Amino acid sequence: MTAAALAAPSPLALRLRDALAVTLLGGLLALPFIGLVTVEEGGALAVRTRWSAWAMTLAAIFFGRLALRAALDAWHTRRPARKRAAFSSTDAVLRRAAGTSLLAAALLLPVFFGDNRYVIDTATTLGIYVMLGWGLNVVVGLAGLLDLGYVAFYAVGAYTYALLSTQFGWSFWEALPAAGALAALFGILLGYPVLRLRGDYLAIVTLGFGEIIRVVLLNWTSFSGGPNGIGGIPRPSFFGLPFARSAEGQTFHEFFGLEFSPMHRLIFLYYLIVTLALLTHALVSRLRVLPTGRAWEALREDEIACKSLGINTTTVKLSAFATGAMLAGFAGVFFAARQGFISPESFTFAESATILAIVVLGGMGSQLGVVLAAAVLVVLPEVGRQFADYRMLVFGAAMVTIMAVRPMGLLARREPTVRLNPARSSAP
Amino acid sequence: MLELQHVSAHYGPIQALAEVDLVVRAGEIVTLIGANGAGKSTLMTTLFGTPRASSGRILLEGEDITALPPHRIARRGMALVPEGRRVFAKMSVYENLLLGATPLDGAHVEENLRRVFSLFPVLETRRAQRAGTLSGGEQQMLAIGRALMSEPRLLLLDEPSLGLAPLVIRTIFRTIVALNREHGLTILLVEQNARQALKIAHRGYVLQNGRIVLEGSGAALLADPQVRAAYLDAAS
Repeated sequence: MTAAALAAPSPLALRLRDALAVTLLGGLLALPFIGLVTVEEGGALAVRTRWSAWAMTLAAIFFGRLALRAALDAWHTRRPARKRAAFSSTDAVLRRAAGTSLLAAALLLPVFFGDNRYVIDTATTLGIYVMLGWGLNVVVGLAGLLDLGYVAFYAVGAYTYALLSTQFGWSFWEALPAAGALAALFGILLGYPVLRLRGDYLAIVTLGFGEIIRVVLLNWTSFSGGPNGIGGIPRPSFFGLPFARSAEGQTFHEFFGLEFSPMHRLIFLYYLIVTLALLTHALVSRLRVLPTGRAWEALREDEIACKSLGINTTTVKLSAFATGAMLAGFAGVFFAARQGFISPESFTFAESATILAIVVLGGMGSQLGVVLAAAVLVVLPEVGRQFADYRMLVFGAAMVTIMAVRPMGLLARREPTVRLNPARSSAP
Repeated sequence: MLELQHVSAHYGPIQALAEVDLVVRAGEIVTLIGANGAGKSTLMTTLFGTPRASSGRILLEGEDITALPPHRIARRGMALVPEGRRVFAKMSVYENLLLGATPLDGAHVEENLRRVFSLFPVLETRRAQRAGTLSGGEQQMLAIGRALMSEPRLLLLDEPSLGLAPLVIRTIFRTIVALNREHGLTILLVEQNARQALKIAHRGYVLQNGRIVLEGSGAALLADPQVRAAYLDAAS
């Protein structure tokens, strides 16, 4: 609490007064909107009062304002502390709380919106972007290697599954590790020639790589179907139970004795991407606290220092590229399985740019930041549909605003990989 | 301990080191002084293979390390405190030190941490802090501590006094002497601050345009009229 706040009457009294004032104003506004309702009475319109709804609104405004005020005050008193050099533990607690509530929201989403196809679809798309963002975060955020062709690995994963399943009848789960491995191989393939490059030069080569993959897929018609893409990609089944109205064997709804609903498959897909994303998160957070991950970050900070400390920068770079590529490969398999049809059009540079924007907007290296940024970038265009023609304009303006207000990204503070006992680490 | 035999190094067509012969015996503090651009830092990085010596041989404890990749050289008991400190700014002091233990693959981390913290107690109080927010002197201590985490037998220090206040420089030099006397560490010290470096050094070399032009004991070089004129009187 700052000295200024202490000198004032009392923070609680101030907040109560503030909340009362807001409630009064809100109550006046809500009176015609919520307090009164028109009903049809024998062909004519009559006005009725809704005092209970109005009272509930007032209560919501009052407590909402109190909570908002408290949160704002906490935010302001925390601000000077944010400038302090040491990693604060309140930050970690806040992050953990935010992470847990996001996870709970993600898991419970189908419970509340299970019949809303639009919400589940958008959330699934969001899941793909979160996963891609986490994957690219390894390369760009942790290892500091600017990759503008990340979508190439996503394409490798998608085409691997598409071809393996349509040509050789591989199932989703069989193809998943194969696609991940192949994408990782492509990551190393890209990594080798760019070992000596950094910054702008690296960005240009990766950009070229991304385009090469797309152009090859577009033109090698006998292999990838060219611009026609690959269709009829099998959808993943629930441990062998297909999501269909009727099939040769037992179907999902028959097995569980449910009424058939096309939503079952969508909800399953949603949970599938949530699981894949969580596995990605677990892998990346684990790697980050291991010497491998620490070396990635050291590489981002200072390559020369890395060399003098006996860190093999070649393997560190290649492992970052391979890990990032593998995760994109996994996401690609999911994408192909979900769409049922893929073509080179889904893997353009714009896609790479979006994923990179998610990482940069989220605050390089921040796992939670990626989720927030992905939410902004996926949900914003959806919300913006109402603005039709101005949609992308609003989208661009929002991005510019975020970068202007928070130039280091939404969550710029880096989490240390080793947490120390605060009692021992606090300097006098 | 370390021996350079006719070592030359080039940056493209430009010769940075010409037939350098230099010996560091176990237990010594040897200093290398010279003006800006004389090749002092190049000599240090050539020891680590970047740039690679274009001719000549580098022997570490009798073994040829001339052609080894940098990360292997660091595993042979030689650690470099690079010029300009180069701490990992966004990472904590603790993480910086852990990264220093890379050549040992994480062995003896606890003991080495304790050793570094007893040498630089300030690092312990700041261990959760980002390295980039330390003062220059503290960053230098961190850079030295980070190098010590790999239990080197030979420590290379590149301009440890660069950009530091005189009082801090004195502390750093005292630490260097302590590392040598009490911990038996062999030290090769590159310095622009010739007077202070020669005072603590057993022997010294003077590098000029990539060539060794003079060598002798620390005291002898301090008294040498040529050295005085070129590096001491003007400096401090």
